[in-house]
Amino acid sequence: MAKVLVVTSGKGGVGKTTSTAALGAALASAGKNVVLIDFDVGLRNLDLVMGAERRVVYDLINVVQGDAKLAQALIRDKRVPTLSLLPASQTRDKDALTDEGVSSVITELKEKFDWVICDSPAGIERGATLAMRHADVAIVVTNPEVSSVRDSDRIIGLLDSKTERAEKGERVEKHLLLTRFDAARAGRGEMLNVGDVLEILSIPLLGIIPESSEVLRASNLGSPITLNNPASAAARAYFEAAKRLNGEALDVTIPIDRKGLFGKLFGRRAA
Amino acid sequence: MKILNFFKQRTSTAPVARERLQLLLAHERAVSGKSDLIAILQEEIMAVIAKHFPVEQEGITVKMERGEVVSTLEVEVEIPTPMCPSFPLPANSAPSDPSEPVSIEPETKMARTGS
Repeated sequence: MAKVLVVTSGKGGVGKTTSTAALGAALASAGKNVVLIDFDVGLRNLDLVMGAERRVVYDLINVVQGDAKLAQALIRDKRVPTLSLLPASQTRDKDALTDEGVSSVITELKEKFDWVICDSPAGIERGATLAMRHADVAIVVTNPEVSSVRDSDRIIGLLDSKTERAEKGERVEKHLLLTRFDAARAGRGEMLNVGDVLEILSIPLLGIIPESSEVLRASNLGSPITLNNPASAAARAYFEAAKRLNGEALDVTIPIDRKGLFGKLFGRRAA
Repeated sequence: MKILNFFKQRTSTAPVARERLQLLLAHERAVSGKSDLIAILQEEIMAVIAKHFPVEQEGITVKMERGEVVSTLEVEVEIPTPMCPSFPLPANSAPSDPSEPVSIEPETKMARTGS
């Protein structure tokens, strides 16, 4: 049975697109059929993070409006054959997305894929509400920082009220993905710790992604971190999160990058 | 002094962040879904006042102020003095205008709760 997953956050810049790419690639590498949909109409970036920006011909809006068939718009990943991308339109605005159009695209995708992953735009406007509308599962991406936590709380409220499931009286399965976490700073009391964020938001923890220079390195190259450097701490955390999404009961760990002496001395500055 | 500060243990800021968030979200969750609560209140209070005084829509302001322990709801209604019926005031608020012995302050403030 296909599952529709929304990756959302409210606040921008917390790692929704990075996490969508990383988790999508991790799930696809494990043999699942995965499609990633970019809902950020006008400000698309998932194509860039996935390294597919030069392969975009048709987009979500073309499909919604019937100008292109779904099969024409889907871009199959060159590295993982079970991974596809449906890009957003860069030129149109969000009003071009209709509830019925999105609904029919998702219904069609659910027949072909195991996971339909919707990369939500920031904010709580139309694009964000449409991205979460049909979700069975939601990942709330949060940084250990006050504004991100507040916005996540708001998004959790919307997941409980504005989704199709909520309107039918059912629940959207919600998970917290804590990104850009720095265990050392949290230990020194400079950063909200995992317990603080969990207690405030009270949704189950899917994973903790440590702050890592490897994340930027991967996006520079247009490759999800789980493909670009699977051994890195952040990638291992994403692989663990993907396993939990597939129903495996694993303890949440905070992977750390093993550094040599040189890395220990200069690691903070290297990017 | 700067050197001393360098060696001094920096105080934790995360507990402050946590407390601020807990306080704020407790409030935001209470009003979420009825974010226009203040607007509704304003309308309903207005309807009640209008039964007794001729008031304008702009003449009423409703403000909510959140404190750590107690929050206040402030309602301020402006009524044009000529429209205001005369009624006795409490002893401590003597009329400011001696020419109008039984009248009220130029801008009558009423229904004021909280501080």
